[in-house]
Amino acid sequence: MKSTLNVEDFYNVILEIARLIHENKKYLTDLDSAIGDADHGINMDRGFSVVIDKVGKMDINNSDIGSLLILVSNTLMETVGGAAGPLYGMFFMNMANKAMGKREVDYKEFADMLEDGLKGVQEIGGGTQPGEKTMVDTLYPAINAFKRGVERGDIEGLKEVLLREAENGMKSTINMVAKKGRASYLGERSLGHQDPGATSCYLILKAFYDHM
Amino acid sequence: MVFRMLKKLINKPGNEVREMLEGMSMAFPEIIRLDNQWNNVYRAYKKANKVALVSGGGSGHEPAHAGYVGFGMLDAACAGATFTSPTVPQILASIKEVSTEKGVLVIIKNYSGDVMNFNSAAKIAQSQGIKVDSVIVNDDVAITDRSRRRGTTITVLVHKIAGAGAEEGLELKEVKRLAEKVIENGRDIGVALTPCSVPAAGKPTFELGEDEVEFGIGIHGEPGVQRMKYVESWSFAKMMIDKILDDLKLTPGDEVALIVQGTGGTPYMEKFVFYRDARKYAESLGLKVAVSWVGEFMTSLEMQGGRIAMLRLDEELKRLLMYPAYTIAIRNTGPFISTLVS
Repeated sequence: MKSTLNVEDFYNVILEIARLIHENKKYLTDLDSAIGDADHGINMDRGFSVVIDKVGKMDINNSDIGSLLILVSNTLMETVGGAAGPLYGMFFMNMANKAMGKREVDYKEFADMLEDGLKGVQEIGGGTQPGEKTMVDTLYPAINAFKRGVERGDIEGLKEVLLREAENGMKSTINMVAKKGRASYLGERSLGHQDPGATSCYLILKAFYDHM
Repeated sequence: MVFRMLKKLINKPGNEVREMLEGMSMAFPEIIRLDNQWNNVYRAYKKANKVALVSGGGSGHEPAHAGYVGFGMLDAACAGATFTSPTVPQILASIKEVSTEKGVLVIIKNYSGDVMNFNSAAKIAQSQGIKVDSVIVNDDVAITDRSRRRGTTITVLVHKIAGAGAEEGLELKEVKRLAEKVIENGRDIGVALTPCSVPAAGKPTFELGEDEVEFGIGIHGEPGVQRMKYVESWSFAKMMIDKILDDLKLTPGDEVALIVQGTGGTPYMEKFVFYRDARKYAESLGLKVAVSWVGEFMTSLEMQGGRIAMLRLDEELKRLLMYPAYTIAIRNTGPFISTLVS
């Protein structure tokens, strides 16, 4: 039973995120055109294609998880723009904090990193809470369930819990009225549409799931 | 729905912002220059000993914001990708480029992305010893909750009036006061007759039935607050001015600036019909229209539709609004020409 992630795993996760974002570029943009400004997939794909470029040039054998995530964070902040740039930049930057200098983390440390990442997203979004139809609706339940599992020492099947909670969280945004971001201007009319940010968060957690 | 290719006069989608800025700086080298690395535009000649004004946002709202860089208005404009806020390092680079000892005022439109990126850049600049302050423009009266209102046309009047104050040598605190006074006294609202399309997306951002309009549309083609049946220009003008009037608490005898514009794809014929209707209705309510702007100031790509903005004036605001400016989009001669023709 795997219960650690090393720098190579993180490297592969980042490449996997980029692949998933690219594959779903149109899907994310379509979701955004229903309730936002029709550019989420375009912006995320622009950012992650530069991330691949930069991460690809890293000497992964002489690097650590924290430095890798900082590079991802800086690249996203520089290239994505919009709100997604700072939000995802903050997510990866906060995740990096406790992983500086480390070449491997166990699930307990990983859960803390995810929790720090979530807090970064909530903070920079102006205190975003679950239920406001944002990225947080995917991240919050998934990360909290994962952390609780780790604390119980319940590693068996835990990555499935992470993915399932992320998916449920993402889908739960369909029945929410947006309170934050561009979709919030629609009020009740945002009902019935899945949030694009919650969806890209799901893809990111899915990439972690694939390498756990 | 019939599928049709969206034709645009661009080259590779995704390159349009850089290529547009190159075109602007090639056409008007005496007014602006383009940063080699970033999609930032600066005044061709830096003026020392004056508060510098920095603004920007997603592209697709032309002539905002690069069209407002120059004498009497902005010192720098940061252009993001179409409808996407520019990034923190890009904004920081512009603040550093134009900062003076008197300081920098950053003018931000109220969108979560813009606020996050511009505020972060301002904070970093401050930590590096640059004197920076910022204001957030939230004038779109379509949104009831004031703190969530989007920044639209009044942003341009902030450029104009705070820019004039800065040109006259006011200190940062005073320039900021002027900006806030404009925000306090200005409101805007828009209507979309057609959607618009982001070049890289290649299709409209939303769909409208043939007889439908989106009332209260945001400047990114994000859906407005109410979908309704199409009515005539006169009725739109009346509904929109009523909204502004209610919120600004304008009363008969008040002097205002009346800004009527197309949303990017509206013919001049329609813009002037729309202006006529807005003006007649405003005057029928006893308002005195002291300054008028008709044209394109804060657009949404090729969207057809209109926006109306009003600014309540006093002597200070009126004088600074008429102050000379020399930018790509606003060429205000000030009192000079009027002495020649009268």
